[in-house]
Amino acid sequence: MASEVEKKAVFDIDSAKEVVQELRASFVAGKTKDYEWRRTQLKAMLKLMDENEPQIVAALRDDLSKPELESSIYEIAMLKNSCKLALKKMKHWMMPEKAKTSLATFPSSAEIVSEPLGVVLVISAWNYPFLLSLDPVIGAIAAGNAIVLKPSEISPATASLLAKLVANYMDSSCIKVVEGAVPETTALLEQKWDKIMYTGNGRIARIVMAAAAKHLTPVVLELGGKCPVIVDSGINLQVATRRIIAGKWGCNNGQACISPDYIITTKDYAVELVRLPVYVYICNLVLFNLSSQALFILQVDSFKCELELFYGKNPLESKDLSRVVNSNHFARLLKLLDEDKVSSKIVYGGERDKSNLKIAPTVLLDVPQDSLIMNEEIFGPLLPIITIDKVEDSFDLITSGTKPLAAYMFTNNKKLKEKFVEKVSAGGLVINDTTVHLAEPTLPFGGVGDSGMGAYHGKFSFDTFSHKKAVLYRSFAGDAPLRYPPYTNGKLRLLKSLLGGSILGIIRALMGWSKA
Amino acid sequence: MEKSIAKLRETFKNGGTKSISWRKSQLKALLQLINQNEDSIFKALDQDLGKSPVESYRDEVGVLKKSVTYTLSCLEKWVAPKKAEVPLLFFPAKAEVMPQPLGVVLIFSSWNFPFTLALDPLIGAISAGNTVLLKPSDLAPACMSFLVETIPKYLDNKAIKVVAGGADIGERLLQLKWDKIFFTGSPRVGRLVMAAAAKHLTPVTLELGGKCPAIVDTLSTTPSKAKVTAKRIVGGKWGPCNGQACIAIDYLLVEEKLASALIELLKKTIKRFYGENIKSLKSISRIVNEHQFQRLVNLLKDPNVADSIVYGGSVDEEKLVIEPTILLDPPLDSEIMSEEIFGPLLPIITLKNIEESINFINSKSNPLVIYAFTEDETFKKRILSETSSGTVTFNDSMVQFLCDSLPFGGVGQSGFGRYHGKYSFDTFSHEKSILHRGFYPEIEPRYPPWTDFKLLFIKLAYEFDYFGLILLLLGFKRS
Repeated sequence: MASEVEKKAVFDIDSAKEVVQELRASFVAGKTKDYEWRRTQLKAMLKLMDENEPQIVAALRDDLSKPELESSIYEIAMLKNSCKLALKKMKHWMMPEKAKTSLATFPSSAEIVSEPLGVVLVISAWNYPFLLSLDPVIGAIAAGNAIVLKPSEISPATASLLAKLVANYMDSSCIKVVEGAVPETTALLEQKWDKIMYTGNGRIARIVMAAAAKHLTPVVLELGGKCPVIVDSGINLQVATRRIIAGKWGCNNGQACISPDYIITTKDYAVELVRLPVYVYICNLVLFNLSSQALFILQVDSFKCELELFYGKNPLESKDLSRVVNSNHFARLLKLLDEDKVSSKIVYGGERDKSNLKIAPTVLLDVPQDSLIMNEEIFGPLLPIITIDKVEDSFDLITSGTKPLAAYMFTNNKKLKEKFVEKVSAGGLVINDTTVHLAEPTLPFGGVGDSGMGAYHGKFSFDTFSHKKAVLYRSFAGDAPLRYPPYTNGKLRLLKSLLGGSILGIIRALMGWSKA
Repeated sequence: MEKSIAKLRETFKNGGTKSISWRKSQLKALLQLINQNEDSIFKALDQDLGKSPVESYRDEVGVLKKSVTYTLSCLEKWVAPKKAEVPLLFFPAKAEVMPQPLGVVLIFSSWNFPFTLALDPLIGAISAGNTVLLKPSDLAPACMSFLVETIPKYLDNKAIKVVAGGADIGERLLQLKWDKIFFTGSPRVGRLVMAAAAKHLTPVTLELGGKCPAIVDTLSTTPSKAKVTAKRIVGGKWGPCNGQACIAIDYLLVEEKLASALIELLKKTIKRFYGENIKSLKSISRIVNEHQFQRLVNLLKDPNVADSIVYGGSVDEEKLVIEPTILLDPPLDSEIMSEEIFGPLLPIITLKNIEESINFINSKSNPLVIYAFTEDETFKKRILSETSSGTVTFNDSMVQFLCDSLPFGGVGQSGFGRYHGKYSFDTFSHEKSILHRGFYPEIEPRYPPWTDFKLLFIKLAYEFDYFGLILLLLGFKRS
């Protein structure tokens, strides 16, 4: 009886307080600062993944019907890489960075020392529940912090699995998983953290930041936005299409913060993108037997062609597509799709299976700008194509909206590339591909404006969970009396030249040759 | 006011602030503003705070000139995109990180260094290519008026605006949407700023304060080092705006047996620097206003605190002057030991052993700076690794502010974010990642339908196991 009551115990403000107190005690005792501790935790995480891959894949299948390949690669393999990189480079990252000193503080030496922030809170999302939970944790461990991880309740199988595995493999006096929904998250947000990292949507992000403001806690917010893809003419359309498909439906069926949300192309070219294949067989033939140049000339590339090749004639039955996560999101997506002025614009797909929460890859052409689907982040398998007269008009279209997490452009035109890079403000840009910048640990991954603040991945994760402490070492020699009162004009002259940094100026002032 | 901000947004949108030549011209104009108005600046600072020209030059005019000059010389380098390494797997590809302006930024500055704290962030915002609204503190009214009147004469009005006013204007500004807010001030107002920013998901930099301790462990070295220590302590307490500075020394920590020697040295130094008594006080700022004056006087009201005064304590309400005051071991739970003092009162806390200072400092929230006067290398290492603060300065006070290569900012309750030098540029920029890819070669296993072969291929690719990939492709590896 007693144990049942224990199990049902509510995780309330007091429980949250206790957790933070325990972690803070561990942090203050110096447990997490120790290099060996960080190393063993990261190694334990690798072991956790090595020994539980089938269970992780199964949990992801439960929560999202995620295809095994997506789970193995985008969740597990990427995480392993992140872990290995941290293990390899951590010592180097932890080293103080020398800083230059100037004449003004001569003689002195300076450095910037990385220190952990303390006790940090990581709130992750449901779409890549494994990756988005543990990738930030890797950074937090590498930087020497104690951590609470709050996985999303919308992916409950993964959340439970995480709670179990982290408790079994990692040091629970320093790293804890708290499962739950709104009440538990609210209880956690009431506490004082040294950093909060939140991955999710803008609405909750505002709540997180407002809660953080009470304690002056710095935050990293990894949000989303409508990631546009500009498709120029004169490119290898087949490759572009495939890369767009891989980034859209190949990434959790469009439910990813960096999934291409919509396409912008010129009116003429749009037809190329969606033209009915004359013979699907030709596509097959062409794909495996002819060169890319020939493909281009044949111009049979199209979304319909490629989508059929990837997912078959009945995509609702394809095992290579995630499902829509739950009925809420399913209803939300149908609302976008079934809006009057939108449903008539479907050029491919549109099929849905409510009982299995599946929506087929759907392409729409020329939906009105004021439709719902063009005014909120889609986060699903619907891909609108907007047409404009000149490809340059796409930049204004994008900048008229809020800044997205990513923006993509397919073009061979150098000038257009330069304009794109210059004009479009987004977290990250990729030219001639989609989403792959995520896998590049030397690039900071984060948003700007409505798509978020702060960045991580690679060393940026380590930095984001560190305080970069400035340290200045001075000696007793060289104590210039001009620093101290009583203040005189002579001192003023000398001070001016010292701050001006020129040795000649200083000599002149010392000799009394310069004017005040 | 909303119209002004709309204008700023329009200017930004039209690219008015993007070019390096615009940024440089604005920075040069700012330098001209400072050079051509030095006397007026000195006058305004004297009016608002009683600052002497040397202090004004050292802490405001000189610092700003140095900052603009440094920024001008480095700007092209900072603006250039930074290459990022790309693994072979992505070939052919090019990766880079490009800094971009955030857009329309709001800068709130404080009253104690009304020029530095307004214009140094402004330098950063301009160098990063933003449009700016500057809201100086109305508690330094002459300086605020100067900025309101003079900035439009030198800088581009379409891109840089200054607005006068008090807390009510500040509140109105906080309701609007900004691309960044830079705030220097107290933790209390910092919370309000961040809460308002949260509504628009606006990133913020908060430069706050705290009780900056100075650990004194060099009195028993040589007499000359002890003297220099005393000078640097006195210079670091009453030098910057008479203790009204976020990086001023708040209190001292010293071993019991050295306390009286320290007090004697400090007394001598204070008298030499500032005069024998309150009547002959010179080369020192006054208290900014009646409210702050009362707050400081109240800190001394507690009889146990008043009893601990060992030097000074006299006040002149008419002139808003409090003479440099030293206290020895006031009660640890008194307000003077729990609040940031921000004034000319210096408590000395004695310890049995100087190493206890680490625990003492850790019992309070993270300060902006920890000063430590010590030559003990082991102790230095302990201080660095066992305490947390924005900055640590060994064997001096205040000068870290002049170091453009060191980030200036807090941690915990002393704030987050940082600036100075390139950090100013960074704080007002968004670092955009860019990956350029080619169309060829195409890696088939990227695409569905999924097979075991493709899974193994990608696994090997992710491990950058190029040899394994070759084996797989040649058929020597089985999935």
